[in-house]
Amino acid sequence: MREIKAQDIAQAVARLAQKANYELGEDVLSALSKAREQEISPIGCDALGRLIENARLAKEESLPLCQDCGAAVVFLDIGQDVHITGGDLYSAVTEGVRQGYAEGYLRKSMVAQPFSKRVNTGDNTPPVIHAEIVPGDRLKIAFMPKGGGAENTSRLVMLKPGAGEQGIIDAVVSAAREAGGNPCPPLIIGLGIGATAEKAMVMAKRALLRPLGWPSSDPEAARLEKKILERVNALGIGPLGMGGAVTALAVHAEVRPCHFASLPLAINLQCHSARHAEVVL
Amino acid sequence: MAIWNITSPIEENILKKLRAGDSISISGVVYTARDAAHKRIAEALKAGETLPFNLKGQTLYYMGPTPARPGRVIGSCGPTTSGRMDSFTPALLATGLSAMIGKGERSTEVKEAIKKQRAVYLVTYGGAGALLAKTVKRAEVVAYPELGAEAVMRLEIEDFPVIVANDMRGGDLFKQQIAKYRRW
Repeated sequence: MREIKAQDIAQAVARLAQKANYELGEDVLSALSKAREQEISPIGCDALGRLIENARLAKEESLPLCQDCGAAVVFLDIGQDVHITGGDLYSAVTEGVRQGYAEGYLRKSMVAQPFSKRVNTGDNTPPVIHAEIVPGDRLKIAFMPKGGGAENTSRLVMLKPGAGEQGIIDAVVSAAREAGGNPCPPLIIGLGIGATAEKAMVMAKRALLRPLGWPSSDPEAARLEKKILERVNALGIGPLGMGGAVTALAVHAEVRPCHFASLPLAINLQCHSARHAEVVL
Repeated sequence: MAIWNITSPIEENILKKLRAGDSISISGVVYTARDAAHKRIAEALKAGETLPFNLKGQTLYYMGPTPARPGRVIGSCGPTTSGRMDSFTPALLATGLSAMIGKGERSTEVKEAIKKQRAVYLVTYGGAGALLAKTVKRAEVVAYPELGAEAVMRLEIEDFPVIVANDMRGGDLFKQQIAKYRRW
């Protein structure tokens, strides 16, 4: 049994919140540069250039990449031989979000009472926490600030099993088409295929943590990702929806077995400001 | 596609010349308002109350910034999705609002209202909040301070980059550009 202090977890989360909001990953930056080379629309090309410049400036000046510093989505992979001391785990993560958003001058976008008063909670809490128990004695924390504009274009489609691969492709392409410029393309398209309704959506979100452009380790899923990417990029939506050849940078699909009556498909779109940061304690 | 340097509030004789696809560098004054402020403005208009700031001839920017670090004018300040304001927009245009800055497409109703009220919808770069912060020279909250990041602010901007998305003749940047690059 390895001990990890709750206080250390809070500190780690506070650091990750700031790092994720100021620094775009190298994988995302290089995908944006590549997209700029491939883009045939002058407006799209110019927009991509500005996004790359924005990332440089944000990192240099510790300014958030985007004013939407997101809902704080936190993935915890908790080794089964870890013992948290000095407080409870979820309170520590929440405290980390509170500290990180205050110290980092990040925007607090969470409102209580979603359908009535919608008063801002003032500190961007509560976070949305997805915890999994894994082998080992480490705690892996992945922090994802998820912007509202892209999140609003998410979809859950419970396909008929007969819809098969074509049904999946059509549903994803139609989600991207209808979203247009709203989720701030070029996108990363997170897909959860299989399992059950709620699990599929968490898979779709987790798929966004994969290093950008790495294909699925499952060859069938990797082929599907490629087909969907080609179809989405034929839509003409382009960077920020202003027309062009690059509507998505990548499709990341996670696949699991499902009930023989079902074919769940969860679609979670990620904007070009694909922010996440990780640490292993 | 013309490239313009213009001042906001935008004069009527300039407004009518703007065409979808024009690149514009704006300097002058814009007011910010996003979801919560739009709801408050709509309620005030419905109740026949005077607004805390005059919309006539003005430019609204759909934006809620990050907090400014000490010594800075503003934090990151890129556009939010305009479509969420669509249900409120025709009423605002009817009171004389001239221009809107945001990101993403508008509804058919808003595009019609833009034509009818002789206004313009401009888009800027979503997710470029740090870059756009450079263009803001002054910022002050002028209404609904209790809304925090959603309060209405008066911004003085210099060379703020936008593209005309919807003009008063029905020109539509998104439709025109996407049709050009669609491959099936």
